[in-house]
Amino acid sequence: MRKFLIRRFFAGILSVLAATAIVFALSRAAGDPLLLYAKPGGYGVTPEQEEALKKKLRLDRPLVVQYLLWVTDLLRGDFGRTLLAEQLVTRVVGEKMGATVQLGVVSWVLATIMGVPLGVLSAVLRGSVWDYMGRAYALVGQSLPTFWLGLMMILIFNKQLGWLPFGTRGTTDAFFFSWENLRFFVMPAFAVAWGAAAVYLRLTRSAMLEVLDSEFVKLARAKGVGGTKIIWKHAFRNALIPPLTVSSLMMAGLITGSVVIEAVFSWPGLGRLAIQAVWDNDFPILTATVLFFAVVFVTVNFITDVLYAVIDPRIRY
Amino acid sequence: MASETTARDSGTVQDAAAPTAQKFRFSLAYAWYILRRWPLIPGLIMVALVVGGVFADQLAPYDEIEQDIRFRNAPPRIFGSNSEYWSTQDYSQAMFRAEGSEGKDPSNRFLLGGDHVGRDVLSRVIHGARISLVVTSVALFSGLILGVTIGVLSGYYGGIVDEFLMRMVDVWYAVPFLLLAMVAVIIFEASLNLIIFLLILLAWSGYVRNLRGEVLSLKQRDFVASARVAGASTFRIIFKHLLPGLVNTIFVIASLRVGQLILAEASLSFIGAGIPAPTPAWGVLIAEGREYVEQAWWQTVFPGTAIFLVVLAFNFLGDWVRDRLDPRLRQLD
Repeated sequence: MRKFLIRRFFAGILSVLAATAIVFALSRAAGDPLLLYAKPGGYGVTPEQEEALKKKLRLDRPLVVQYLLWVTDLLRGDFGRTLLAEQLVTRVVGEKMGATVQLGVVSWVLATIMGVPLGVLSAVLRGSVWDYMGRAYALVGQSLPTFWLGLMMILIFNKQLGWLPFGTRGTTDAFFFSWENLRFFVMPAFAVAWGAAAVYLRLTRSAMLEVLDSEFVKLARAKGVGGTKIIWKHAFRNALIPPLTVSSLMMAGLITGSVVIEAVFSWPGLGRLAIQAVWDNDFPILTATVLFFAVVFVTVNFITDVLYAVIDPRIRY
Repeated sequence: MASETTARDSGTVQDAAAPTAQKFRFSLAYAWYILRRWPLIPGLIMVALVVGGVFADQLAPYDEIEQDIRFRNAPPRIFGSNSEYWSTQDYSQAMFRAEGSEGKDPSNRFLLGGDHVGRDVLSRVIHGARISLVVTSVALFSGLILGVTIGVLSGYYGGIVDEFLMRMVDVWYAVPFLLLAMVAVIIFEASLNLIIFLLILLAWSGYVRNLRGEVLSLKQRDFVASARVAGASTFRIIFKHLLPGLVNTIFVIASLRVGQLILAEASLSFIGAGIPAPTPAWGVLIAEGREYVEQAWWQTVFPGTAIFLVVLAFNFLGDWVRDRLDPRLRQLD
């Protein structure tokens, strides 16, 4: 177990490094970052200024050296400054990170609340109307484009009915769980959770069906254990592993996949920041966001592996 | 031989799970069962996609690129006469009269309405089918070949090769794909070829782990050892002895993958990292209509519905294929 975890840990670090290196290299190939200072046809910068800027941004060094310097700075906690405004990257990214993580967590909770009980219901009442509705939802949920669903929500609930607002994430001075704030979460969170809930439903349903069919559940039933107790205590606990494994990966997916939905709802999060950074070629921000996304993904993956062994003692690495 | 047995097995499993026809003739369960058995509606949607994509030029009633400002945001004719809308438009000026259109009722023009520069939404959706078809099929097959190659090599050779390839997959999963795609678009400029390339990058990873696992177990089997003893080359073992056993899995993964690729293409086009603007990809249509969603909902609703129906059909058929070919991968019904 320990050996496995250590190996996974280093493999994870390697993944993060490689992921950032790829984006680092690509962002250099995307064009001269100096263009952000002086767009062609503008006032321009003098050759001396250009030299100084290059030196400051280390653009005069080879790419590998640039990357290694970036990593060493990182280890000292220095994420650099954004190109034009020269703000601390940690500050800029930190401001937006909260919004993205909040939306990710809220939609993750929503997806779990929607998907898991529906999956259990669908399995327990197999062959009933509920089951067929659940199965139909499982198909439809995975087939709707998230961004289109979000757009349709805006059209119906914002433009037509005027029920729900969008465009910011609410005010920060109000209590977080107040309706004042939460109503901004409703549409984006639903749009994101819609597809994720369908995945949960599928997994929970098939895992439940398998467990309900097993010998120990039959035995419990034969011994006269009541229906509710069989479902929740005997079956559900054992059916939990597939949804649980996916759920941690799903959380990571919801956070890193926020790019599109943030664009639809003008959500002030990392996804939009990253898109802006790509268009501006503001590489300190871009690499920092990629670093964040990669770290989230790798960490969650790592936790999942550990959880596996904790939940199911039969699994040994 | 092996595939025959699996097919027959899955058939019996399905028949056993299926409700008896007499008892549930008109019930929901029976309807679902029939739909599962003969996916007619999803099949029809796919036929429509292929026919629409191949014969887009013949089927589309109007040009998909040519703009006609007189018909900007024209409401869809599908809901009946739009005389109210057209009465507010000024057609008296001669400069707005296209040649040959004199005396024709403009309200009879666009079945699904016009977009913000007066192009026919229906024609653009039909042409979008072609883009989707080309992009996803090329990406699917190239990704399949790449993914299968890596998976098989990784499982077959093991050791350092396996380690290297699997770490590569791990790294790939950690890269935020959309951001990478956007950077790539900035470097190479958006084009059809670039988006196909990006989708190949997205398509290959799904095969690797599954196939590696299968090869790991297959290569332990006696027939592979016998082949090797008989002097078969590595090449021959892989192509003659291992690949036939993997075909079902490959097919199942591929069929479940198509829907995701279509969605990915649409998302990329939507955030501006996909097909460049005048080309009517479905994601582009939605992105363009986004600004006008209040005045002209048909610009976004119809292309979105097209994506939804096609992906739904593919997902349904993917499940169906899986049930038929690989009972082990199937979720319980």
